[in-house]
Amino acid sequence: MAEPEINTDVVIIGAGPVGLFAVFELGLLDLKCHVFDILDRPGGQCAELYPEKPIYDIPGFPVITGQGLVDNLMQQIAPFGPQFHFNRMITGLTKNADGSFRLTTDGDEVFNAKVVVVAAGGGSFQPKRPPVDGIEAYEGTSVFYSVRRMDDFREQDVVIVGGGDSALDWTLNLQPITRSLTLVHRRDAFKAAPASVNRMKELVMEGKINFLLGQVAKLEGDNGQVNHVHLTTDAGDLSVPATRLLPFFGLTMKLGPVADWGLELNDNLIVTDTEKFESSVPGIFAIGDINHYPGKLKLILSGFHEAALMAQAAKAIASPGERVVFQYTTSSTKLQKKLGVL
Amino acid sequence: MIIRVTDQAGQQHELEGLDGWRVMEVIRDWGLNIKAECGGACSCATCHVWVDEGWFDKLHPPSDDEEDLLYSTLDKKPTSRLSCQILLNDDLDGLKVTLAPSAAKDSEAA
Repeated sequence: MAEPEINTDVVIIGAGPVGLFAVFELGLLDLKCHVFDILDRPGGQCAELYPEKPIYDIPGFPVITGQGLVDNLMQQIAPFGPQFHFNRMITGLTKNADGSFRLTTDGDEVFNAKVVVVAAGGGSFQPKRPPVDGIEAYEGTSVFYSVRRMDDFREQDVVIVGGGDSALDWTLNLQPITRSLTLVHRRDAFKAAPASVNRMKELVMEGKINFLLGQVAKLEGDNGQVNHVHLTTDAGDLSVPATRLLPFFGLTMKLGPVADWGLELNDNLIVTDTEKFESSVPGIFAIGDINHYPGKLKLILSGFHEAALMAQAAKAIASPGERVVFQYTTSSTKLQKKLGVL
Repeated sequence: MIIRVTDQAGQQHELEGLDGWRVMEVIRDWGLNIKAECGGACSCATCHVWVDEGWFDKLHPPSDDEEDLLYSTLDKKPTSRLSCQILLNDDLDGLKVTLAPSAAKDSEAA
């Protein structure tokens, strides 16, 4: 049975710092938000690319780490109870007869929203394809970049490539159900959490998994089903029998379905005005790194400003005719009650 | 100081840079075809350049993280480096690099 459709005021695409702050600005105006992100957690580029790195140009913070900023924003928007949908990509967007938008996800859910806010940054983070000729032919059949269903790996001969948390976590998670598991990495040092690395080494010592130093050179298989993974190693070439390959080569940003929604683009960025940060389609706004206008700077603080102005225009669409009085959080008891501080 | 950059179309550019700047920043600042997705955090590989053989050995060696990223590209050569990891100083005045196809703004890195 199909899940019921969800109706809401605003769908925000992207849970990076700018998408998160949009929840705040929209919340002050009583607009409810559903926020979508392909990552499994909030923070976008801040959380994925530089969580530990210091940022020096956030107003009010002489220095703050990427993750620190995300944590603060999550705290700031908590009073407005946004609904998060992680590990999700918005795939389709069409217009309903009443002017609202109908959005579909890659999990086959349907959302109807009066306003859509695209805060997609550099695009959705997608797995990087390893430099192996012809690997595309195996993708989705025996080569996977994520584990959606553990059962796909049960009783299989699995090869995992990588040295970070994804590779180590899945080595540990899948080992009990696989027929064989081989971890392959370019060097004998890992970026993953030390506890995971230690446990992996124990499993090697117990003979439960194999670890090989090397790189994937070639795949051998039939009709999308791999049967051998060829590695180059310092000790020569090795052919490992395998029925499943999980390469973890990091993530890269791709614009994705947004490119197909009929929005005016400039060099893969969504063109907006500078009064409302609305795209060429009324009701669809674009804020943060994803937008483009004369003088645009790809700064987080710019995205925050854009979110504030966008919210005013979004309110006019979502609550037509409702009188909105401009208020300050410092002096408005109404706003302070919404924030839960009064 | 000057760096000499050949872009993916084979065109040569002479770019002025400053001491302490990353080579990626200079290339990006001058509007050449460089994606530099992660902004210099050594987290992508889209600032990939091939360093001229005469200059390669003058650079300090890459970190393990940089090496891992170089090996994730489809167009790695022995003189490949991530340009965000090369900081300019007087000794690198005249540095010659070529932008790799995988560093192009519209490159399909995956």
